[in-house]
Amino acid sequence: MLNTKSVPIQARASLISEKVQSLAPSGIRKFFDLLSSLKDVISLGIGEPDFVTPWHIREAGIYALERGHTMYTSNAGMPELRQEIARYLEVHYGVSYHPEHEILVTTGSSEALDLAMRAIINAGDEVIIPDPCYVAYPADVILAGGAPVSVPATVENDFVIKASDVETRITPRTKAILIGYPANPTGAVISRSEANAIAELAQKYNLVIISDEIYARLVYGVEHVCFASLPGLKERTILIGGLSKSHAMTGWRIGYVAAERHFIHPLTKIHQYTMLCAPTLAQMAALEALRNGETEVEKMVREYDRRRRFMVNRLNQIGMSCFEPKGAFYAFPSIKATGMSSEDFATKLLEEEKVAVVPGSAFGQCGEGFVRCCYATSLPTIEEAFKRIQRFFNRHTKI
Amino acid sequence: MKEIFEILEQNARATPEQIAAMVNMPAAEVEKIINQAEKNAIILKYKTVINWDELGEGDVWALIEVRIAPQRGAGFDAIAERIYRFPQVHSAYLVSGAYDLALLVRGKNMQEISTFVTEKLAPLEGVQSTVTHFLLKRYKENGEIFRIAKETNKRLPVTP
Repeated sequence: MLNTKSVPIQARASLISEKVQSLAPSGIRKFFDLLSSLKDVISLGIGEPDFVTPWHIREAGIYALERGHTMYTSNAGMPELRQEIARYLEVHYGVSYHPEHEILVTTGSSEALDLAMRAIINAGDEVIIPDPCYVAYPADVILAGGAPVSVPATVENDFVIKASDVETRITPRTKAILIGYPANPTGAVISRSEANAIAELAQKYNLVIISDEIYARLVYGVEHVCFASLPGLKERTILIGGLSKSHAMTGWRIGYVAAERHFIHPLTKIHQYTMLCAPTLAQMAALEALRNGETEVEKMVREYDRRRRFMVNRLNQIGMSCFEPKGAFYAFPSIKATGMSSEDFATKLLEEEKVAVVPGSAFGQCGEGFVRCCYATSLPTIEEAFKRIQRFFNRHTKI
Repeated sequence: MKEIFEILEQNARATPEQIAAMVNMPAAEVEKIINQAEKNAIILKYKTVINWDELGEGDVWALIEVRIAPQRGAGFDAIAERIYRFPQVHSAYLVSGAYDLALLVRGKNMQEISTFVTEKLAPLEGVQSTVTHFLLKRYKENGEIFRIAKETNKRLPVTP
């Protein structure tokens, strides 16, 4: 007979995997609770567009629902959508992928990142990531059993990792370099020569490049350099993209992976056992977005650009030193003049002036001394926020 | 330069300083361009979009199709001008198709519009026929959607 006397659940920490226990909670989430307790907060802490998905895309979603498109699609995604993604990548970045064998539609680019990590990492493999970087990068590496190795992306180098810094961190266990330009949280973009230098390392040491290009359409006055388009790099690149930022479709959860079959097949294998397929309605909407969405995308990019210049102008007026972001929708000003840690700065700013920004330390050690301000919000909001930030900054700056 | 007008078209109250920050130009330069545009009738007027219906002060509006006979030497322009100079005519367009002029006419009440049509418009020499459609409901005008529920912010205050 089984012993039915149970052990109290709290006493069994071992129920949770050590890997998950070792993950630090997201620095952003900690903030969330404090925020929720306050009223009339102006938030520059958001990482998504303030635009609602353009109507023609929403309408296509409604129509799909009316027609009863409520079943699964093939694992890799609707063939028409994969074709459209391949065409889109060709048109915008000059890279060509076979729609049938080299494209996988995922539930947001977040899933794509996770799939890429799980597909390539063996226990103990090292993955080089920039510091600061998007909060999920190190977590995804750890969850896949790998070890993230940070390379500083310092303000002195315009928040782009230097190939020489990467090279000194390469060991026999290094499997891949995971990068994302245009970058969250800094708004940095990578130049062709800097990208080429990293590409050469990948070839010299036989590394995979996982390039998270979710912000690729949001660049201002500079070209976006697609890693897969660099000479000889397509075969070792897992290119990740999505429609969340470009088409203001965050809640639809549509991302994609483009890579040669030796990557796409293993990634699809994990995807079929975990996600099965990306949401069908969202795929139908994404199809409309890619076919007819250019005008709206360009309109949004123009608007972001105005807000970007406006925010940088205000930062300069206040005297907060800020690197000029050329991509995504973030500014990453230095708060070192206040002598506070970025977490203290963000907490006090929230308490004293009710403005939410994200402490740079949430994105890695090298983010310390900076805060992330998102300009995907209306101009009057940005203007009011900076009135408050100015008061705060003047009050706390040590001369 | 075009960008300055695009910003003003969306918000006529944007100050030269605000615009300057958005387009990365000195404010004095922006002001100069705006003054010049006002002088050259590139900027015709600064207006406000008001939802009069919401105030219970809504006027009556009608779309009027007008068939007119063109005149030698002046085409449709001379007769069109005689029509669009009436203050009741809010907008006037020459269009292709079954009729020639499309008018948007505004009046305090139905009576005022019908008086305009029967006493001013229809008797004009050159006007062959008119068809009047009274507007029942305004959904959208000049790109602005009326009576839209105030868009509530659906974003979480902090996201990665």
